[in-house]
Amino acid sequence: MNNAFLKSTREAPLPPPVSTSGVVGWLRMNLFSSIGNSLVSGALLLFLVWLIPQLIDWAFVRAIWSGESGAVCRVDGAGACWAFVNAKFDQFIYGRYPEAEHWRVNVIFLLLAGGLMPLALPTFRYKNHVVLFMLTVFPFAAFVMLLGGTLGMPQVETNKWGGLLVTLVVAITGIVASLPLGVLLALGRRSDLPVLRIFSVLFIEFWRGIPLITVLFMASVMLPLFLPDGVTVDKLLRALIGVALFSSAYMAEVIRGGLQAVPQGQYEAARALGLSYWQTIFQVVMPQALRIVIPGIVNTFIGLFKDTTLVMIVGLFDLLGVVQSNFTDPNWASPQTAMSGYVFVALIFWVFCFSMSRYSVSVEKRVSFNQR
Amino acid sequence: MAPSQKLVIDINGLHKWFGDFHALRNVTLEVREGERIVIVGPSGSGKSTLIRCINQLEHHQKGDITVNGIELDENIKDIEAVRREVGMVFQQFNLFPHMTVLENCMLAPVWVKEMEEVDARAMAMKYLERVKIPEQADKFPGQLSGGQQQRVAIARALCMEPKVMLFDEPTSALDPEMVAEVLDVMTDLADTGMTMIVVTHEMGFARRVADRVVFMDEGEIIEANAPGAFFDAPQSERTQAFLAQIFND
Ligand SMILES: Nc1ncnc2c1ncn2[C@@H]1O[C@H](COP(=O)(O)OP(=O)(O)OP(=O)(O)O)[C@@H](O)[C@H]1O
Ligand SMILES: [Mg+2]
Repeated sequence: MNNAFLKSTREAPLPPPVSTSGVVGWLRMNLFSSIGNSLVSGALLLFLVWLIPQLIDWAFVRAIWSGESGAVCRVDGAGACWAFVNAKFDQFIYGRYPEAEHWRVNVIFLLLAGGLMPLALPTFRYKNHVVLFMLTVFPFAAFVMLLGGTLGMPQVETNKWGGLLVTLVVAITGIVASLPLGVLLALGRRSDLPVLRIFSVLFIEFWRGIPLITVLFMASVMLPLFLPDGVTVDKLLRALIGVALFSSAYMAEVIRGGLQAVPQGQYEAARALGLSYWQTIFQVVMPQALRIVIPGIVNTFIGLFKDTTLVMIVGLFDLLGVVQSNFTDPNWASPQTAMSGYVFVALIFWVFCFSMSRYSVSVEKRVSFNQR
Repeated sequence: MAPSQKLVIDINGLHKWFGDFHALRNVTLEVREGERIVIVGPSGSGKSTLIRCINQLEHHQKGDITVNGIELDENIKDIEAVRREVGMVFQQFNLFPHMTVLENCMLAPVWVKEMEEVDARAMAMKYLERVKIPEQADKFPGQLSGGQQQRVAIARALCMEPKVMLFDEPTSALDPEMVAEVLDVMTDLADTGMTMIVVTHEMGFARRVADRVVFMDEGEIIEANAPGAFFDAPQSERTQAFLAQIFND
């Protein structure tokens, strides 16, 4: 018997089965692939069909867009009272920062946007320089400019700062401080030196073990008790220190996770080449560790950004605080005022947090070592 | 090239413990300039530990190690000075995955030797050519085959222009068809007169390249001899048993 076989023609490539491509294919694969899946999809679709028109109706169709007082929003059947947000917009953004000096805040906002924008461009070459600038020079320059009292700019006390300005100042301070401090604490926790290790562990566990609200209370109520008479520390500054220490403890744990994921062989290869401890850390280990935990880092940033609303507790007026304090303005009392204010705040927070989240996804894709 | 008389590595009465476990027991070994030593022995016999003591990735507790005239103790400056002169190649390659092949090779020259970037780049290209993969310079390690990665690792070590090269089972993690390309590079390197200490199970390589084959068992050097004598007329029973086992598989 002869079972030799030789193929004489080649198979031509064929298109894939129809139902897996195109819109219908996508729907079938992703939404209606099984009975259970179809039921869930159907229920959700019904819910959206019920919800979305009402939302549009409230937020756009029946909404009141402008007016001099709450009277315009007190009419029957009125939707969102955007007139309130409109009238108070400056306050929401700047707090009680003097109007004549708003340009200073605007310059800082523009610098911030200008510094972050190029980071989203994949081909931008000087990314490292910009990041370094934003993490070092920018925060201090911004603080000097906002506070004034130099270079011919009148001083604006921090108790006049408020709104989105305070939210961003607190959040950015937390972010900028937590990265370097977190790196040092994470390294300390893995150090061979017992004193350093114990200090890092105690520090991290202390701050992780108490709620941020407590930290802020302690910073504003207890700290002054320990300071000598006559020495006062600015209220905002105290909150900033509290937030910075608190967030660096969280950051330290995130970064430690990344350090643990870097194989021992990486340290050994670097040390065997003659690199010093710090060169090994900063050239070889940390770049890998940070890439591994980008999602965790951004998650911490997002959490921190939202936690800034807690500074309200110690009498600082962040975005939420300012908006809320305006609910009691009798001139703007209406059934829709509070709801509209909260939706506005939620929208602003969502835009910031969602941008951070998307940015993290794009960075993750870009730095995934181009492996395999 | 015949080995000269100059001692590059002088290990005398070396002991090493991991906790209670006595991993190296009174090891004495002299390596002369240009000499090629191959270390063989069963798993867990302390081969890796011995060569890792030479660049102090493991610290010894007793005995003396002198490398290139520097006696090794706790002093980190001395250790780093020795590491500059001693290249090491690992079983798992240990390339830096976040850097390109070229950057892997330039890192130590730039940061440790403070070489200018252009010079470091030229140096890197020279050694990437030596290991026959200059065309991969801009790729990331993850994009290369195992054999290519290991050759990059050799080039990376050579870029520091070391006096001695240590190899810890450089071909053990490789698919069989890639072993030859790495051994070829190592043979070429041996032909340039590089002082080499190689831990390997490649007995063919040992026979061809080694000046001396060292057999270790349970933390001790049992026997050391020229490859001809070592393979054809082993003295110790344990060596005989080991060789019998290897060549029967
Ligand atoms: N860090 C460590 N801690 C504890 N024991 C260790 C450590 N490193 C090695 N050992 C032990 O020391 C002994 C020698 O290990 P070593 O890695 O030097 O052996 P080897 O000869 O290289 O073996 P292999 O061929 O498997 O690589 C082994 O028994 C091993 O379990
Ligand atoms: Mg080993």
